[in-house]
Amino acid sequence: MSLLSSIFLLPLLAALVVLCIPRNYKFVIRLVTLGATFASMLLALALFAKYNAAPVENGFKFVERHAWVSVSALKLDIGWHLGVDGINLGLIVMGAIVAFAAACVSREIKRLEKEYYTLLLVMTGGILGAFASLNLFFFYFFHELALVPTFIMIGVWGHGENRNYATFKITIYLSLGALIALAGLIALYIQSGANTFDIVELTKAVKARPLPLAAQSLIFPLLLFGFGILVSLWPFHTWAPLGYGSAPTATAMLHAGVLKKFGLYGLLRVGIPLMPDGAAAWLEILAFLCLGNIVYCGLVAMRQKDLNLLIGNSSVAHMGFIFLGIASLNLVGVTGAVVVMVAHGFLAALTFGLSGALRAQTGTLEMEKLGGLLRQIPFLGAAVVMAMLAGCGLPGFANFVGEAMVLFGSWRAFPLVTTLATWGALIIGAVYMLRAVRNILHGPEKPEWAALKDASAWAKVPFVLLLAALLLLGVWPRLLTDKIQPSAAAIIAMAETKTADKAARPGELKKAAGEAKQRAVQPR
Amino acid sequence: MNASLIVLELAVVLLGLVVLVQDWFTPAKDRRTLGYGAVLGVAVMLLYSFFAFDGTETLYAFGNAYVMDGLALWFKRFFLLAALLVLIMATEFSERFDAGQSEFFALILFALAGMMFAASANDFILLFVALELITVTFYVLVSFLRRRVESLEAGVKYLILGALSSGFLVYGIALIFGATGTMNFNELADKLANNAALGHKQLLTAGILLVLVGLGFKMAAVPFQIWAPDVYQGSPTPTTAFLSVGSKAAGVVLLMRLLGTAIPDLAFNLEKLLMAMAAGTILYGSLCAIPQRNLKRLLGYSSIASAGYLLLGFAVMNKAGSSAVLYYLAGYLFTVLAAFTVIAIVVQEAGAEDISSLSGLAQRSPLLATSLTLAMVSLAGIPPLAGFFGKFLLLKAVIAEGVRWHAYYWLFAVAVVGVLISLYYYFNVVKAIYWSKGGTDLTPIPVSLPTKFALLVCIAGMFWLGLNPDGALGLAVEAVKSLRLA
Repeated sequence: MSLLSSIFLLPLLAALVVLCIPRNYKFVIRLVTLGATFASMLLALALFAKYNAAPVENGFKFVERHAWVSVSALKLDIGWHLGVDGINLGLIVMGAIVAFAAACVSREIKRLEKEYYTLLLVMTGGILGAFASLNLFFFYFFHELALVPTFIMIGVWGHGENRNYATFKITIYLSLGALIALAGLIALYIQSGANTFDIVELTKAVKARPLPLAAQSLIFPLLLFGFGILVSLWPFHTWAPLGYGSAPTATAMLHAGVLKKFGLYGLLRVGIPLMPDGAAAWLEILAFLCLGNIVYCGLVAMRQKDLNLLIGNSSVAHMGFIFLGIASLNLVGVTGAVVVMVAHGFLAALTFGLSGALRAQTGTLEMEKLGGLLRQIPFLGAAVVMAMLAGCGLPGFANFVGEAMVLFGSWRAFPLVTTLATWGALIIGAVYMLRAVRNILHGPEKPEWAALKDASAWAKVPFVLLLAALLLLGVWPRLLTDKIQPSAAAIIAMAETKTADKAARPGELKKAAGEAKQRAVQPR
Repeated sequence: MNASLIVLELAVVLLGLVVLVQDWFTPAKDRRTLGYGAVLGVAVMLLYSFFAFDGTETLYAFGNAYVMDGLALWFKRFFLLAALLVLIMATEFSERFDAGQSEFFALILFALAGMMFAASANDFILLFVALELITVTFYVLVSFLRRRVESLEAGVKYLILGALSSGFLVYGIALIFGATGTMNFNELADKLANNAALGHKQLLTAGILLVLVGLGFKMAAVPFQIWAPDVYQGSPTPTTAFLSVGSKAAGVVLLMRLLGTAIPDLAFNLEKLLMAMAAGTILYGSLCAIPQRNLKRLLGYSSIASAGYLLLGFAVMNKAGSSAVLYYLAGYLFTVLAAFTVIAIVVQEAGAEDISSLSGLAQRSPLLATSLTLAMVSLAGIPPLAGFFGKFLLLKAVIAEGVRWHAYYWLFAVAVVGVLISLYYYFNVVKAIYWSKGGTDLTPIPVSLPTKFALLVCIAGMFWLGLNPDGALGLAVEAVKSLRLA
């Protein structure tokens, strides 16, 4: 096993180990899970440290290839192909950290622990595997592998009376999205003429011979809406707040934080570079749909009474920024989109983790019932305040860097949308986030919450970890942006080489790269 | 003369007769050993099939009525494996019969012989005889629990509709013979290739359609599916399992032969019909499964939906589709037999076939719970299990045809709807296992050693086909080589 594959094979292996442990040995089961996710996190950090931005052939490092299925009569060739570049590096590291945090907060689970931890580990392995795969088959395969545990975990260990409805809603929505995307991926396989699912080979084939226009205009919408449903693109977002509201804490953290980025990553990795002409027709529409996410879902979040639903809606709203950055299709915007993907992963995990910790003590997340908690739980309360401020886009947190870059990038492409989005983000976001802080933490102390206890030293670990990541990337974004930039530039270069009338503009690209560097430093 | 080709069939029939004869010398309490004997015998034959034949060349026997090629051999092994697992289940189940345990085993073996002949049918006569051998034995197998009204009802329904479909089949064969003057698949294909006008004869078209009725009945494809839920529900569980795997596969192999060997030049005329049948079957099976509370009935509808997915592979009319069909069937074998093995035990314990009898299964027997969960997950088409790769291959074949004709995209859309609906009812079963309330009986369920073995084989098969498809897919591609499809 190489470094990259062991990052996600380790949790899968641990899942098998957990299956073999008798169910009474709860402590051992938990220890194995924590150990596996911790090791996988360390490996991911090692990967991050070893990664350098030096250019290589095809742009991927830590490449690992094996043959898997090869049947010439069917023109079927599916190979195991892993690799990282600037785009998925950050996602893998973020995913591994969030997975460890999710394993830490899983102490709230008090029944069927063995099944729970098995599913958690399978989900972790699936998520990280999906981001590491450079073969579309395994990309999809690992995503599905991670989705099924999500459904089961919501159904078995979820909260609230809407749990059954939420389970089936999220199952059907996400499966529909995945299947539509699968249709697009298979069509891509066939129409590209390359008869391969390998992203690198597909890229080469498309560079040599672009996809016919008819094929592009068929496949791109399939991918856009298939992946869009998976990312809760407005108006296909209604599963998200409901599902996250009902999910157990760790599941919400992993899905909202990491797994949801799968669709965005797919769009960025496959949809836009391979089908530039198909994308050109849709990006404008996508930009307006982003407004639905940012403004509409922001307004919906404002009306929520339940903290989890508020966070769920705000997480949907944040997806709008990523879409907007991708749609802007310039270096600043796309780099920003990737930064937001990573930052939002930490943020979503942090907020859902905190709300889970609150619910474990209070038994409710209705904001009207809570109030004045900051005095009882100074650590958790302070973490909530920081998370909320990061969510509003306060400088110093990674989200600010990403969102600012996205807005700078999209200004050139869609001034109107950007203006509205900025308002939506700054005003609406600030209103609901700050209101939540006031309702939960400030105000008069209520007698029923006098017995609340702050997090113990162990319970603080995941939150400290996630906050540290947010702050580190917030004050030192070049750690990430320097790695993203070359890869993002390669994707944009492919997306720009569409037709003769819009020839590649190398000068502008270089300029944009310079700007990105400048802006990346600015937040300090 | 190549009588040595039918050695496997002969051995199966002989084994059945030995079981019947040995019954006289075996005291009633030891009859189970006969079942295990049959299991062993079938296992030996399965092993022998790997040494005796390799299926690379096409051999004929009995005036070209019987063919032994890769496809036939693939299906023979398939049927042998299915029968092996079903016999293990039947031996466990036989305690519930008042009498006639040995006859039950023998009948399964005779049905197996019919299926193996069907795999080699290269002539309408052999096709009919093989199908009748299967169907007539199943009339008895379905109504074997004579004291239960449901079982008798199922038997009568299967008898009436089965006889009707046999009538259609025979009528169709007669029309085909009338139009072309031959019963042999190869001769028929030659005549059609040499004489284009023959293909436009309405008599021939009518004959082919009537044959399709008979095969559609075997596969439980819409609109010939109406018997399936009732019969699945009423039959003894081992019969249901064999019916859903073996009988369906027999329909599949005969349809494959018909399209790929007998009428390859006319097959394209059936494209739209098969597409419509596939779409209708998927939707009917999936939609009707939603409200079901009876486990066997649920699987009956799910088996109709599976017939629809198999028909997708026929509708695309090429080898990619056919090999996908074989792959899907192989996964279906392990999946469905695992499900029915668990259901047989649970039903025996609970005395009810309702979905709620699964509650608490996770505590009562982790192995049974895991097996059934994996089976449901595989049927729903979720990685890393067999069902996923099978459905993937079928859907890929459908999309590949979409380039030629956009209607295939709509067929794909229908299949997607079917998959989505199926998630609902398969997850309902999983839900009943793990998080339903009201399971008061938490006594452990004992699982015998042979059953454990059968379940582990099924689980291993599901994972193997899902995680390492290379070898099995290669076999499937080899098997369909002899078909004259695109």
